[in-house]
Amino acid sequence: MDLLSFARGPALQFALVVFFIGVAWRIVGITLLRTGRLLSEPRTSLGKALFGGFVTMGSRSWPHPEFVGRTGAGEALGYSYHIGLFIVVLAFGPHIQTWAGFLGFDWPALPSGVITIISVITFALLLAVLFRRLTHRVLRLLSNFDDYFSWFITTLVIVTGLLATAHFGARYETLLGLHVLSFDVLLLWFPFGKLMHAFYIMPSRAINGYLLARKGAPS
Amino acid sequence: MNPSAPAAFKADHQTQMPPEARAQRALSSFAREFGALTALRMESCIHCGMCADACHFYIATEDPKYTPIWKVEPFKQAYKRESGPFAPLYRLFGLKKEVTTAELEQWQELLFDSCNLCGRCSLICPMGIDVATLIEQARHAMFDAGLAPTELHDAARRQELFGEPWESKEPYLKKLAELGRAHQVAIPVDLPQADVLLLVSGVEIDRYPAQVAALAKVMAHLGVKATFRSDALFAENMAYFTGARDWQRNISEYVIREAVKVGAKTVIVPECGHAYTALRWEAAELHGAKLPFAVQHITEFLADALKAGTLRLRKAEGGSVTFHDPCQLVRRGGVMDAPRALMKALDLDLRELKNKQGFSYCCAGGGGVLMIERAKELRYRAVAPKLHEIDATGAQQLLTSCSGCRASFEDAADHFHWNKKPASLLELVANHLA
Repeated sequence: MDLLSFARGPALQFALVVFFIGVAWRIVGITLLRTGRLLSEPRTSLGKALFGGFVTMGSRSWPHPEFVGRTGAGEALGYSYHIGLFIVVLAFGPHIQTWAGFLGFDWPALPSGVITIISVITFALLLAVLFRRLTHRVLRLLSNFDDYFSWFITTLVIVTGLLATAHFGARYETLLGLHVLSFDVLLLWFPFGKLMHAFYIMPSRAINGYLLARKGAPS
Repeated sequence: MNPSAPAAFKADHQTQMPPEARAQRALSSFAREFGALTALRMESCIHCGMCADACHFYIATEDPKYTPIWKVEPFKQAYKRESGPFAPLYRLFGLKKEVTTAELEQWQELLFDSCNLCGRCSLICPMGIDVATLIEQARHAMFDAGLAPTELHDAARRQELFGEPWESKEPYLKKLAELGRAHQVAIPVDLPQADVLLLVSGVEIDRYPAQVAALAKVMAHLGVKATFRSDALFAENMAYFTGARDWQRNISEYVIREAVKVGAKTVIVPECGHAYTALRWEAAELHGAKLPFAVQHITEFLADALKAGTLRLRKAEGGSVTFHDPCQLVRRGGVMDAPRALMKALDLDLRELKNKQGFSYCCAGGGGVLMIERAKELRYRAVAPKLHEIDATGAQQLLTSCSGCRASFEDAADHFHWNKKPASLLELVANHLA
């Protein structure tokens, strides 16, 4: 079995099993914990509080005007590479074919040249993110293995993808095998580290928004 | 996990126990209180560091150890190692080290001296983590491990045992009667029945007696049948600051018992921020049932009276004012519009702060920090951005609706020779009754 077959076959299957079980376990591990009853008299109706939670899911996507001056640039940097990753994952022809294999339908792709440019920009943004994490005094203090490994594996997938597209450095099949394998590792790592924020972000925002709206406080 | 804390930081201790037992006690306590919500907050942090940019302690010092989420780092670490869904893996591969008592001792400064529980960080987090509540929970654990600052611990213990948070040579009831005489207002105490139970803060009696007289005056003006009760005189709940959950409940129970005894429909929290959080938003949960009365901050009560037409105010004379929104009332308490409704009725020339209402900077004295002697210098540094903001409004007068904030600003004014003297909104209302 060559590298590409291994990466696309048993490695991907194993990674998907770990991904789904790990993600489920991590979510179930939290939801099984007790939840305290709220007994204080809410200031707002249940409907308004729930609406507050719903709104916060979207509104926390960008800092309140009072905070933009201090955090806007950092947040914009974070969003930029996320957008780049989404475009590459969802709008690159070969990726769409992979998705179609799972979903049974496909959609139009962006031209390869555009995807390559976006990938290069995303890679540059990821380097900027790493530079910021290494040089910003707060980020340096907060960062641990999870932060650096999550960055590394995400960047590796982008880099191997670029190399495979450019047919640079080795046979195409080998490069593609490395690309798929790096994605397998990302899937394996996903439930164990901070990549899980993809699943936590909306419930966390919604609950905080609901609790603040229940008090009539800003969220 | 070595914060850039000064090596000289010496933590306070209570309760005799072997040093290594303190960490164990703290972590078990934290785990006991742990629920799905806390776990979600712990799990969600992406280490983006944005909470630092909301915290006046970080903004003023630029020391990364004051990053709000870093203040709960030992508890995050312990959660992942001991309780999280992958705890066995963290232990097996040594990914998270065991939290030690020495670390928690260093964290006493971060959890108590450099956090006002103001909740500004909870508004900036892109993941929606309520960092302030995590810090509050970490304080509970620190208290259980005998690692609370002595000033907070002793005041909470005194209040839990004797009902009074402050030591006083003269009984507080006597002081209350004297201030009534001095301000020529009847102070109703121990009426057997009343619609409203009044509370007062010790800070008000000792430093701002006119504020207490103002409360009695507006109640009389509105014709409200209200009373103070000698068995539940104080609004403060020092155990809230200290992290002493059981004591906090017992202190709230003093108020609940007396309110029920007199048949009060409403309990009014005076101009005291944390007292509002403790009674309005936490007492029922600790009591284990809904409270059989409403809890209102005095500004809410007065704004309702204004709306109902029972309170009429004259135009206030004097120059321009700016208003400091107390964090516990506004950002964490939801009392958003009442103070401004009152100021509008007084026809004040209000010059708003750049960061106002929910986004207001803290006075840096909240969360019990004002009481911690060793935190004084840090507190002065942390309040500086707020003082600059107040100056930038060009207002002649600073108003607020929390006596703790008022005391904190007064202290800062003395320290910096600042030319503004904070004043009480309630007093202004009481002086302009139509």
